[in-house]
Amino acid sequence: MTAETSITFPWLSLLLWLPLLGTLLCLLWRKSAAACRYLALGTTLLVLLVSVGLAVSLETGAGGWLLFEDYRWIDAYGIRYTLGMDGISLLLILLTAFLQVIAVLISWDMRKHPALFFALVLVLETGIIGVFLALDLVLFYLFWELMLIPMFFLIGVWGHERRVYAAVKFFLFTLSGSLLLLLAIISLYLLHGEQTGVYTFALAALKQTELNFTQEMIFYLCFMAAFVVKVPLFPFHTWLPDAHTEAPAAGSVDLAGLLLKTGVYGMIRFAFPLFPLAAEKSLPVLAALALIGLFYAAWIAYLQFDIKRIVAYSSVSHLGFVILGLAAWNQTAWEGSVLLMISHGVTTGALFVMIAMIRQRTATREVDKLGGLWQSQPNLSAFFLLFCFASLGLPGLANFAGEILILIGVFSSQPLWGAIAVGGILFAAAYMLRLLQEVIWGPCCEPFDKSDLCRREWLILIPLALLVIWLGCYPQPALDVMRAPIQLLLQGGMP
Amino acid sequence: MQGYSYLWLIPFFPLAGSIINGLFGKKIKNEAVIGGIATLAIFSSFVVSCSYFFQLLGDSVKVHQNVIAPWISVGNLQVDWGFLLDPLSVVMILIITGVGSLIHLYSIGYMHGEVGYYRFFSYLNLFCFSMLMLVLGNNALVMFIGWEGVGLCSYLLIGYYFEKKSAGDAAKKAFVVNRIGDFGFLCGLFALFWALGSKGVWTLNFVEISENAHLLQSGGVLVTVVTLCFFLGATGKSAQIPLFTWLPDAMEGPTPVSALIHAATMVTAGVYMIARMNILFAMSPVTMMVIACVGAATAIFAASIGFAQNDIKRVLAYSTVSQLGFMFLAMGVGAFTAGIFHLMTHAFFKACLFLGSGSVIHGMHHGYHHAHLDDDPQDMRNMGGLAKKMPITYWTFLISTIAIAGVPLFSAFFSKDEILWWAFGSTRGHWGLWLVGAIAAGMTAFYMFRCVSMTFWGPQKTNPKAKDHIPESPWTITLPLIVLAFLALVGGYVGVPAILGGANHIHHFFEPVFGHAQELFKIEAHGSHATEYALMAASVLIAFAGIGIAIFMYLKKPELPGKFTAAFSGLHKAVYNKWYIDELYDFLFVNPCKKIGTFLWRGVDVKVVDGAVNGCAWVIKGIGAGLRYSQSGYLHNYAVAMVVGVVVIVGYYVLG
Repeated sequence: MTAETSITFPWLSLLLWLPLLGTLLCLLWRKSAAACRYLALGTTLLVLLVSVGLAVSLETGAGGWLLFEDYRWIDAYGIRYTLGMDGISLLLILLTAFLQVIAVLISWDMRKHPALFFALVLVLETGIIGVFLALDLVLFYLFWELMLIPMFFLIGVWGHERRVYAAVKFFLFTLSGSLLLLLAIISLYLLHGEQTGVYTFALAALKQTELNFTQEMIFYLCFMAAFVVKVPLFPFHTWLPDAHTEAPAAGSVDLAGLLLKTGVYGMIRFAFPLFPLAAEKSLPVLAALALIGLFYAAWIAYLQFDIKRIVAYSSVSHLGFVILGLAAWNQTAWEGSVLLMISHGVTTGALFVMIAMIRQRTATREVDKLGGLWQSQPNLSAFFLLFCFASLGLPGLANFAGEILILIGVFSSQPLWGAIAVGGILFAAAYMLRLLQEVIWGPCCEPFDKSDLCRREWLILIPLALLVIWLGCYPQPALDVMRAPIQLLLQGGMP
Repeated sequence: MQGYSYLWLIPFFPLAGSIINGLFGKKIKNEAVIGGIATLAIFSSFVVSCSYFFQLLGDSVKVHQNVIAPWISVGNLQVDWGFLLDPLSVVMILIITGVGSLIHLYSIGYMHGEVGYYRFFSYLNLFCFSMLMLVLGNNALVMFIGWEGVGLCSYLLIGYYFEKKSAGDAAKKAFVVNRIGDFGFLCGLFALFWALGSKGVWTLNFVEISENAHLLQSGGVLVTVVTLCFFLGATGKSAQIPLFTWLPDAMEGPTPVSALIHAATMVTAGVYMIARMNILFAMSPVTMMVIACVGAATAIFAASIGFAQNDIKRVLAYSTVSQLGFMFLAMGVGAFTAGIFHLMTHAFFKACLFLGSGSVIHGMHHGYHHAHLDDDPQDMRNMGGLAKKMPITYWTFLISTIAIAGVPLFSAFFSKDEILWWAFGSTRGHWGLWLVGAIAAGMTAFYMFRCVSMTFWGPQKTNPKAKDHIPESPWTITLPLIVLAFLALVGGYVGVPAILGGANHIHHFFEPVFGHAQELFKIEAHGSHATEYALMAASVLIAFAGIGIAIFMYLKKPELPGKFTAAFSGLHKAVYNKWYIDELYDFLFVNPCKKIGTFLWRGVDVKVVDGAVNGCAWVIKGIGAGLRYSQSGYLHNYAVAMVVGVVVIVGYYVLG
């Protein structure tokens, strides 16, 4: 993992800056909504193509960086432009690229400032990919904040009734965490500089910083502040249901599918390896919060009246599983956590997509006003059924493989945590079946638009469905890719 | 087909059928084609199963594994898509595909004219696929796929008439209650994986589990916890106390579904699972005792509820719960063979009974439809005297009823008697278990003949407008009835006990599966021939007593039941309302859960967690408004200010 200058084609930079190029083009052609749509679609497809191409052509089983770029940037402060991709980043980037295509397609009929909308979606993509690639802490922080701004506007401008409240809440929550992160990054930089005389923001170098335990704990907590808010871990989750409820479809897909994952990624890439002792001490707390969140969110999800809030709380619950897996600190659980991140991105993204489709037809998200959708829209309902069952962890569908690995991993290090967590699958069944019951079964509530899926919607749902089945039946390719990097992280994270 | 490498074909056919009907069924439209595809699919599996059965019969090695692909491989965990064929699974697949084929054929006629015809057959095929995965899986995780898959199909099929709210509720209840069982299953699975792993064997493979079970301490706490967890799983799937409440509600589904899923196959999954891991269970006498007691208690408890039900399908549903109790009793006393034997005979006669009730309902519905009446076609109080109207249905139903009642020479006589004998004489048995079992058997005979009397015998009580328009069902319905009734009649002869001069073929057939555990832990039924004869005579007497009382009460003196209910109205009401178990659960679990949830949401989430955040925001806003009065005070202005602030700070550090 040494910082060597890459001499091959800068694929990572291409991935990273392609969406931003799309943004510029969108803004140039802002007069024509159609042009912007196709530009956005073209750009996201291109990113997907490049990332899939990389995934296929690279020797993904190996440890270390699959691709690495390192350039001088701001010498005066030792800030470098360092990008690196290992198996975990690769998977998350694939997920990002895929979900962004979906996000663009689901917003196809966007009427309100389409150019700006698609431009922001593309900026968001650059921000997220940047977070998954950056290895210089300043660079990471820039992308971390870059994600925030487009999302803020996506919610605040294109959201629903209480959009401003939700956007501001989202902003304040995440920003307060981020500022602590910034503070910690700068302090760490200065400390490392004083110790070694080398002022650098490079992750690999900063790992070597000598810290006493108090310092380490303070830094760790500052880093985690940013990450747990993003995940979101109980009790820092209340921004999420509001943000989801108010966000437009594409915003919800990105939020649940991608933004939440950046928090987890931040933990495993930065917080744990930089401060291993503090991390070790924090694991029981992390596990406890994860377990509480897992049940707490599921419990609340069961009682919601807004279908978007049900899915939003289900996200909090699922991410509780992910964090619990991390807290178990072994290979099986970690692979499960990363796999569940991917699966959750696909299933929850799909559910938000479907909720948008349902809302288009019924003009409501209230469970009281929904029901019997199968009678008018059987195809749509069948997909909804599939994704709901995937979300509740039906074996053979996406979430199951991740959850079972987490549970097995947790069980082998902390049987009690594991036994408690298994109860989570019961709760997941309860709220997901209620959602199904209220939306597609029961007496028909006469949607005003009785049309079933149109061609574009088929185009969105079929890949999602195939992916859900694939991840459930044959997750091994994904597991193979993440194995070596997780081994490294587990060794490097803890002494 | 040399070797066993085509085992995957068995679940593949129904899966393919399900996908074809699911994707293209709506376009096909033609009912005969849709039903034909589905039936052909499962029948193909049956043919393959039969050929493997005979191959296994002639084979000296009785346990075969076939791995087709890896599934998950992480660290110590290696799970394959693999199949296991041994005497136990081969009997199960024969039941599933055989009875399944008949029920598919039956459904072609029964579901005629339903809106979601293709949907029904797609689900039904998918169910068969899942069930076959459950019994063929060579490791616990593949079994769990099937385990959850059948739960899904059960959910979909119970909720088949989804416009009805009651159907949706019943489906949801079934799935959620099953998930409580799944909680146990998974805990058991993880604990077992971890327990064996700590001895150096990381496996979920059944064969390896059996081979390495001795690493665990026999009778130890660990193995008891593991098996109790698995047993909790079994109580969910197989509707035992305390998780049986979903099964009677599940009768909301179409009748063929009740026959296939809620009588012949899915509900026996728990029994199968225990049989599959018999060695682990045999290692824990405590668990075995718990299983035997729960089984016996369920058998008698459900039978008592069967006394007072008037819905023909509900009687059969409680009867199923009760019969499953017998199977668990068998497992608990170590009579694994007898349990599986009863599972098989039960599949025949109970499927026949359910399909027969479906035929009755079909006829009643036809009559009511003709007369433009809206009465309940399942209420036995409106039936009576149907024997003349529907002779084939009647005779097949009667044969199955005699079988379930335990009359000698009919199938269930052999299987139930074997269970009762083991309950009494087994090293793990107890005379108290026998007594409860024998009484439950008598009660079975009573309520089943009550059912026959009310439905087929005596004067016809149907609305006069409809009574002459109740036809016998078409051949697609009656043919399966005849076949199943024949099996219910003769199915017991594979296990005629030695004491009656039989060879007990099934016992020898299962020897490779159960013999090891029984030998190792000295589980055997012992006692003199005289005792065995006496017990047999007693149970026959009890059965005939039950039959006699039922006929006397419901045929000879039809006013008697009314007097009884009047005299014991409180008791009758309690029995009629299923001993208020549902209400008790609502009171104990469901309502508190909802209240806690509301508290967490309205109280904690909104007020405390969010309140703290909003409080901070308002305080900051207040300060801001105080300090900078010229500001508008809107939160988003602050947000913008903060963005600018961040940019300035970052810019300062980066560029400055």
